[in-house]
Amino acid sequence: MDKSKKYWNPYFGGVMLGLLLLATFYVTGRGLGASGAAKSTVVTVVDAVAPNHAENSAYYSKFISDDKNPMNEWLVFEVIGILAGAFLSGALSGRLKFMVEHSPKITTKSRLVMAALGGLAFGLGSQFARGCTSGAALSGMATLSLAGFISMMAIFGTAYVFAYFFRKFWI
Amino acid sequence: MGPLIPSNIIDPSWNNVIALLVGVAFGFILESSGFSSSRKLAGVFYGYDFVVLKVFFTAAITAALGLYYFQYLGWINMSLVYINPTYVASTIVGGVIMGLGFIMGGYCPGTSYCAAGIGKIDAIVFSVAMLFGILIFSEFYPLLEGFYNSGFLGNVTVYEVLGLPVGWFMIILIVVALGAFFVTSLIQDKVKEVDY
Repeated sequence: MDKSKKYWNPYFGGVMLGLLLLATFYVTGRGLGASGAAKSTVVTVVDAVAPNHAENSAYYSKFISDDKNPMNEWLVFEVIGILAGAFLSGALSGRLKFMVEHSPKITTKSRLVMAALGGLAFGLGSQFARGCTSGAALSGMATLSLAGFISMMAIFGTAYVFAYFFRKFWI
Repeated sequence: MGPLIPSNIIDPSWNNVIALLVGVAFGFILESSGFSSSRKLAGVFYGYDFVVLKVFFTAAITAALGLYYFQYLGWINMSLVYINPTYVASTIVGGVIMGLGFIMGGYCPGTSYCAAGIGKIDAIVFSVAMLFGILIFSEFYPLLEGFYNSGFLGNVTVYEVLGLPVGWFMIILIVVALGAFFVTSLIQDKVKEVDY
């Protein structure tokens, strides 16, 4: 790998991410997030396709109000920023490329099937846990919340337990 | 005194602009640290690359220590800072499902957006599938509502629950992290390198 494509030192990256998280708390009173933007998208689409269904649903209706579009959410703007920031970093390091990254031992198709199953599970789980690795685990740990530590241990603990069964997809 | 927007020092109309800027920095840091590669992320579960553990733990401790000092210096009013609520059962079940998603998909939501930003098609598939996972939960919510709201302990912190002073808990956390960095570096030396 040539030098221009090198990643940051992970401890440097960690400190930078921690300082960003601290600044976000200092300015907004909340941490970072990711899955919330996907939830806003689902609420918006369901509200557009089946407005009666959305307004009568106990879950969607929590996130719908008459004076505000459900996409007008902090996390939606933050996620648009993530896409732009990642693109910028990828462009500066020569990593922009349309590709499916997978182990040479599996096909592109099985990688995409596993990515879809993983996304499906992560979306489902993030609703039970009221947030994902960013919003529940990382931001939760920064405030030393019990929920942050529980979700971090449950996510990583489970992935370690099942790593053996999915090893052929990775190593 | 912070937090600036909840204290009305910065007008809330700036919220979305700040969100966008925070997101750009978030995406840039994640991508530069290698979080746009599912095979690099999955390394933490097979011992060939511990970047996830190093970045995640370092970031959590940096932010936690920062908040602790900000509070000590009177720069931030922690009663205006959001502490995510603890619903024990629902959080554990959610975490277990997310852990399965992580080992199958190789991403979490934030890292999948990050990887989608540089063109990873598997990350785009992951992000779209996530919407369907959320849709399933939302549609079955009437059946899940009781469980979702069970085991509520309030917006509690882990040191309160353990009955430890916050400073001591912070020290324990740092020692555990340093221990984990050291042990994982030994493991990584022993594990066969994976080319990706």
